Amino acid sequence: MSVVAQKNHKNQLIHEQLLTLAPQLLELLKGVQQVELENFAMDIGNLELFFPMGRTTDALDTVSNPNKPVKPTELIPDHCVPHITEYPGKILEVTLGATKSNGGTRGRTVTIGGSTAPAFTDFSHPLVHPPAIALDVFDMPVNLPKVLKEHVQEVIGDPAEWARMNVKKFGADIVTIHLMSTDPLINNTSPAQAAKTVEEILQAVDVPLIIGGCGDPKKDADVFAKVAEMADGERLLLNSVTLDMVEAKTLEGVATAARDHGHVVLAFTGLELNNAKELNRRLYEYIPPEQIVMDLTTVALGYGLEYSFSIHERARHAALMGDTELAHPVISASTNAWAAREAWMQIAPEYGPRELRGPIWETINAITLLLAGIDLFMMMHPAAVLTLRDIINRLGTTGHVPSDRIGEWVSVRV
Amino acid sequence: MNGAHPLQEKMRKKSIKEISPIDVYKLLPKTNCGECQESNCMAFATRVVNGELTITDCPPLLTDEHHEARTELADLLAPPVRVVTIGKDDHSIAIGGKYVLQRHEFTYHNPPPIAIDVHDLMPEVELLDRIRQIEQFSYNYIGRKLVLNAIAIRSTSHDPAVFRHAVKKIAEISQYPVILCSFDPAVMEAGLSEIPASRPLMYAATRENWKSMAELSLKYHAPLAVFAPNDLSLMRSLTKTLQKSGVSDLVLDPGTFAENGLADTISNFSLIRTQACRDHDELFGFPILGAPIAVWAGEEISEEVLKWREAITASMLLSRYADLLIMHSLDGWVLLPQLIWRFNLYTDPRKPVSVEAGVKIFGKPDRDSPVLMTTNYALTYFTVESDIKAANLDCYLVIVDTGGISVESAVAGRIFTAESIASSLKTYDIKSLVNHTTLILPGLAARISGETEDVSGWHILVGPKDSSGLSHYIREHWPPEA
Repeated sequence: MSVVAQKNHKNQLIHEQLLTLAPQLLELLKGVQQVELENFAMDIGNLELFFPMGRTTDALDTVSNPNKPVKPTELIPDHCVPHITEYPGKILEVTLGATKSNGGTRGRTVTIGGSTAPAFTDFSHPLVHPPAIALDVFDMPVNLPKVLKEHVQEVIGDPAEWARMNVKKFGADIVTIHLMSTDPLINNTSPAQAAKTVEEILQAVDVPLIIGGCGDPKKDADVFAKVAEMADGERLLLNSVTLDMVEAKTLEGVATAARDHGHVVLAFTGLELNNAKELNRRLYEYIPPEQIVMDLTTVALGYGLEYSFSIHERARHAALMGDTELAHPVISASTNAWAAREAWMQIAPEYGPRELRGPIWETINAITLLLAGIDLFMMMHPAAVLTLRDIINRLGTTGHVPSDRIGEWVSVRV
Repeated sequence: MNGAHPLQEKMRKKSIKEISPIDVYKLLPKTNCGECQESNCMAFATRVVNGELTITDCPPLLTDEHHEARTELADLLAPPVRVVTIGKDDHSIAIGGKYVLQRHEFTYHNPPPIAIDVHDLMPEVELLDRIRQIEQFSYNYIGRKLVLNAIAIRSTSHDPAVFRHAVKKIAEISQYPVILCSFDPAVMEAGLSEIPASRPLMYAATRENWKSMAELSLKYHAPLAVFAPNDLSLMRSLTKTLQKSGVSDLVLDPGTFAENGLADTISNFSLIRTQACRDHDELFGFPILGAPIAVWAGEEISEEVLKWREAITASMLLSRYADLLIMHSLDGWVLLPQLIWRFNLYTDPRKPVSVEAGVKIFGKPDRDSPVLMTTNYALTYFTVESDIKAANLDCYLVIVDTGGISVESAVAGRIFTAESIASSLKTYDIKSLVNHTTLILPGLAARISGETEDVSGWHILVGPKDSSGLSHYIREHWPPEA
């Protein structure tokens, strides 16, 4: 999404102020993560325990006869028969990246989507594909915070090496290359040069790639067309196509290039479902629905995250109810969390160091939208990435509830 | 959507979205007396259905003559999740009262209070200091003061006398609503007897102690939490039994499992609320209590990690239907995101994302005062407004219509452009307000400053990236050098 690229360029100041505490946090969270990975399993076998067959008919006697005079002396048995909703709709499954057998060169692919119910509401609809995480790389030197520099100093200005590190060190499922330098107002790098950068990254890592443009509907169209052709068959995600491209008359070119060369487009709209539907309708003229992912806009906690939360709940509900124009997987740029001043600014000490406020802001931004159904996250802070992955694993793991100790908080001495 | 579910046919009651103003109007006095300050009964009914007024705002309805209609209206408009109040009179807090499952369907009511714990073995100085910290913690967010709301008193002593003493100490210095936490009815009664008229929330009735807890709840008119960890059948059983025992103010705690069991926790909260809202399942039609504090009873690991985990758990439970939270950490970085997310989540989603474009005047600007600019995204605007007010600036603020998009996104999306800025300056005739032609652009629009100068003919200053820097910026840069 162009906004991210813009942000990452414009808010270098912010970025410099991040991460100072990251190593400590990472150390701590690392230990935590190992514990969870051992437990990661989809324990569907336990479902029956939670959904006893049949239903007791007296479940609501209390309600219909509230004035029954006799006080019970024994616990009145009752059963919970969970409300399970079967929805007519289903979110499309979209595969990013292609292996050799499918015409690409990726070592692995990532499939997102496939949901048949709102995320994490009941165990009869486990996630079809766990949400994936993409990490950023920039195609030009950017100022990074000191602490991050300790880890990446040697790769700044070397996108290929940076991509390699995102995969090896931080476990990125996908790498996003922001072609920030193509912006006519920055370096105006040519489409051919941009394609060369992408090529280098394709050679450096074998995960699927997201190609981030600069936000200019004309320039992005030229760049995406060139990149699409160069990376024929790789199933890149082109980030992004917009209604501005309709106005600039460049949408057709991008969409057909994506179709002809086997890529996926990210349809970006600003918190407005009618626009999202309209953009998708335009895209259907040129490209199959299975090659469209949506970005409905992620706003920072404190600056309108509730709009993002509700737009995603609405979109997902409408899609599951049968609105196929919204039945696409959705992406969220959790990095936008850093736009919140509470994340980056030095404020009164009672609110804690920004080295903790920042990463918790990105983490909560991401997890909140995870609950609203996000299929793919674009992230930045390693602690936020670790935590989100942990939470995704935990939310996919049922039936290991340590009920015996749960009440202990009442009397524990802390 | 849930037509297959048998309960629905049986319990069918109109949801708030299905109630029309006519349904309400039919039961009103229909005299158009205007005592409610509305022009007529139909206007009143419309505002009631929108959740802007309640039936108690109609004085004639409160008379005996309309008793029956009032009861019928109360039934019609009752939220599927009951309201439970904790604490006495002026200091009470209301929890629950939800009409819908998803926020966008209507709006959420009664933001979940956040209670912070203390325990009965804390040395007195420490105890009083913690109470003071709880009461003083606040954050000023777009002009609103966000605060913590209640105190959870835990019995770690298991000794009625010790617990009673702690409750007494706290009652002496704090008016905050309290939650008394002990599974031992003797300890609970010791606490209750110290504050017999304060309606503390009793935490909690369990499979083992429900009978004694029910008696105490009735004796002290105190609401009662029901603790059935990861066992919704037991939850129903307890809720049903307690209701039959005469206890009607219940709060449900299906257990907060922050590590193993997190999936079950989110699912339990969701199922309880789904059945209440979609099926009007009355055994689940109560507020839900989330206890992120439970992370502190887990494995012994670093405090920072426990705080991190508590913060994440709290935010997830806010999003997933908790009506009340009990937390332990008093760290600002843990609490700040909760206070802000709670505030955001409980705003009315029917309100537009944007504010009206135009010119806003702050303080008493004269013809030499600065002209600032921002976009009409509501949260951008309110942030800038609150910073200008805090800095006591006398200035004009031009609000450009970007379709409710923030500065950064509007620049990236080519909505906030040299042309749209020039056209706004002209439309609102800013030249007629001041004797200069200098405009301060938001720092995040720096990249378009040159172009804007060319197109608008105004001299452009690039202001701070964040409006919190406005006070300093104006001091340093205004008036501009000739």
